[in-house]
Amino acid sequence: MEAKEKYVLRLADNALILGQRLGEWCGHGPILEQDIALTNVALDLIGQSRMLYQYAAELKNDGSTEDDIAMKRDVFDFYNVLMVEQENGDWGKTIVRQFFYDTYNYFLYEALCTSTDQRLGEIARKSFKEIAYHAQFSAEWVIRFGDGTSESHERVQAAVDDLWEFTGEMFTPDEIDLAMTEAGIAPDLNQIAAQWKRKVTQILDIATLKMPESSFMQKGGKVGEHSEYLGFILAELQFMQRAYPGMQW
Amino acid sequence: MSNNKDNWKIWEIFIRSKNGISHKHVGSLHAPDAEIAIKNARDVYTRRSEGISIWVVPSDQITASKPDEKEQLFAPADDKVYRHPTFYHIPDEIGHM
Repeated sequence: MEAKEKYVLRLADNALILGQRLGEWCGHGPILEQDIALTNVALDLIGQSRMLYQYAAELKNDGSTEDDIAMKRDVFDFYNVLMVEQENGDWGKTIVRQFFYDTYNYFLYEALCTSTDQRLGEIARKSFKEIAYHAQFSAEWVIRFGDGTSESHERVQAAVDDLWEFTGEMFTPDEIDLAMTEAGIAPDLNQIAAQWKRKVTQILDIATLKMPESSFMQKGGKVGEHSEYLGFILAELQFMQRAYPGMQW
Repeated sequence: MSNNKDNWKIWEIFIRSKNGISHKHVGSLHAPDAEIAIKNARDVYTRRSEGISIWVVPSDQITASKPDEKEQLFAPADDKVYRHPTFYHIPDEIGHM
């Protein structure tokens, strides 16, 4: 597989899997208004994944469609980061996962807007307004939970500590990331890491939350080595196409 | 839907659909503070491009007229039809006013 195709798939898989995860909250949010808000984010992400899968299908150029790519690959052929497949947990954990990911996504897509790859630049510019809103939304909530009641503070601090080990993978470049940076298609992940750290430090500080000191980081998602969760996500996501191949409605 | 909701104020939401038009009341929602009320209003009331500006007002800051004062407030206007500009002839070329 060509490096660019794999890179586009990584972006697409991140958006699809997180969108699917957030979709689990639909009808179960703690309050109607937040239920709708999070479902909007889920729909934005799935919309972004579609644009990326369409591009991936064109790069693949073997007659595959966006649906084939999303619905007919198995766990080991998905390249999303481990962060996005983590369990929703309580509302606080969902918001923290979203905050860590949105902040990364914000700086990544901001840089992708000026990608040397014209198509990726167009997709990024279209997605960036949505992502900017997501990042603002999740950061606002981290502040309110952290600086809220003692229960919300404890729960959200526990989520920060739990999810911390999945942040490293987003910034650890492999040969594909390096090739993309080299070609000017994607930004240098070190630069994104520095921007992310500055923003996350600032928000956690306002939220009176402690930044974990552990430097142990999980990795694997980007090369198809996933946690046990992804199989269950795909089982639900792909059920219809697996049970009734080629079904349309 | 736990008791958290009881701590959240109700906000009245006003949306302006385009420049030059007044903000119009569209409904109400729950939010813990004004900033979140604006975000919630964005998600609940402007998903289909309904607006370009949002106002949020705490419901308890609105003073409403009392239903049992309806007579004294509104009835006196009922027999003063001359207050309606329906007796003027508007030339056709002016069109809709």
